[in-house]
Amino acid sequence: MSYAITIATFITIQAIVAYGLNIIVGYAGQISLGHAAFFGIGAYSAALLTTKAGLSFWGALPCIIIICAVVGILCGLPSLRVRNDFLAITTIGINFIVEAIFLYIPFFGGALGLGGIPRVIFLGVKLKSGSYLLLCIFILGLVILINRWFSKRWMGLACIALREDEIAASSMGISPIRFKLIAFVMGTVIAGIGGSLYAHQMHFIAPSDFGFPVSVMLLSFVVLGGMGTLWGPLLGAIILGSLPELARPLADYRMLLYSVLLLLMIRFQPQGLLGKGSLLLSFFPSKERGDR
Amino acid sequence: MYLLTEQILNGLATGSTYALISLGLALVYGILGVLHVAHAGIYMAGAYIGVGIYTVTGNIFLAALISMITCGCLGIAIERLVYFPLLKFPPYVPLISSIAIFTGMEELVRLVAGPTVQTYSLTLPFPHFELKGMVISSNLVGIYVITAAVFLMLWYFSTRTETGLAMRAASQDMAVASSLGINSQRIVDLSFFISSAIAALAGILVGIYYNTVSPGMGAVPAYKALALIVVGGLGSVPGAVVASLALGVAETVLIGYAHVPLPRDALAFIAMIIVLMWRPQGLFGRKG
Repeated sequence: MSYAITIATFITIQAIVAYGLNIIVGYAGQISLGHAAFFGIGAYSAALLTTKAGLSFWGALPCIIIICAVVGILCGLPSLRVRNDFLAITTIGINFIVEAIFLYIPFFGGALGLGGIPRVIFLGVKLKSGSYLLLCIFILGLVILINRWFSKRWMGLACIALREDEIAASSMGISPIRFKLIAFVMGTVIAGIGGSLYAHQMHFIAPSDFGFPVSVMLLSFVVLGGMGTLWGPLLGAIILGSLPELARPLADYRMLLYSVLLLLMIRFQPQGLLGKGSLLLSFFPSKERGDR
Repeated sequence: MYLLTEQILNGLATGSTYALISLGLALVYGILGVLHVAHAGIYMAGAYIGVGIYTVTGNIFLAALISMITCGCLGIAIERLVYFPLLKFPPYVPLISSIAIFTGMEELVRLVAGPTVQTYSLTLPFPHFELKGMVISSNLVGIYVITAAVFLMLWYFSTRTETGLAMRAASQDMAVASSLGINSQRIVDLSFFISSAIAALAGILVGIYYNTVSPGMGAVPAYKALALIVVGGLGSVPGAVVASLALGVAETVLIGYAHVPLPRDALAFIAMIIVLMWRPQGLFGRKG
């Protein structure tokens, strides 16, 4: 049972991070392949603030939000100058540079990583596996609400307009820089919160936890579920997150299976399971169809 | 002084192998506009096929030839089965499918050939030089000569032959080119074949240079080559070659000689971000 709870906690945390990516990629249409970097920045800030600065999880959370927002702005600015394929490669670059910083600077523990991250204490009670899962699910719920709120508000609508046609949108007075940056910062902050949850779940983090393959995995969650949809990232995280666990008896073949499935999915259902023209939704005709 | 010259020579060899990988990537990007991450998978497969045939036959030329042809066909298969049907979708769709192919290829090779690093020693049949006590090994000479030959052939092909000109026309504007009677499907196939065959050659050369092949050998070049084609200007083959050679030398000299405390594999990306800040279209890129 504890195994299932651990897996569920991981999937929940990954879904939170994927929702952050959903704001950047899904709503603002900025392809990001470096999301694991921000996930990592959140996790490392949480680890450093709780072990070296002696803060509690709750005390560290506002600091993490501020750190991630600042880093989001700093990384967002170079990303604004480029678009499409250039942007994808720039974000890959950000991911590699951030991972290299964690790996090469002794302050971040180097290749050995950081350990001894304490459990989260809530109302004087140490949160063990089950209750920690509840905390993660609660935060996931909040993040989904933020996604929903964002997509209905002026900010989100402006981002969607920019995604669809940047020139038309900016001629209507929508500032591309402002709204892309807002989306980028929101996405990085959510990733940072996910990162801090990850650090407290693992008690130990290393640079390789936040490498480029993790970014690809996060992007696959969003793409598989359907970009810019409300439930897509969650569905993607559940399917792709539980698949390697279900395929554990196939041990050696599971990564191959994973990549083949991902390839088949994107080849035959590129808009995602819940996106436009999806097979799954065509079985359930409703007014939700095509509503992003 | 010897040390510096030696580092520059080694750096040129590293840069040449980067150039052989990234020029294919630039060629494919110029024609289809797809970021072909699986190119590094082809490079790794090429190295493995080359080693496998070399250990069976003992003839490196035969091994290289078979490996290049097989990988060329593999490239065409990836283009026909995956990229072509996905062109009408946003660019991230072919990109993710390309990353999926790459991971799949890595895993497949790991299952077939085993996860361990395979070593084999082989000296290329080229002369070696000795200059004032400094030895330039025959493998280094081989890499220089082969790379230069590939560049020359590619240059001749793209400027002097009709097919080459058609290929350049297609990379300028595919729609206009096909309306002028160029068989664009054949051009796309051909460019995938050429770039994949060159990538396989690069894999074999890297395998010979370091005496090893491993399933993970494609991981670093895969993303470094992306940075290189951005620095060179997406789709510009000369840009990719110049950027690759410069990076190879810079990496080896800065880290091996000057001991700059920078992570080697992040250097390309740092250079890329600096170049993008200064020229968003890359060094040799066209504006717009």
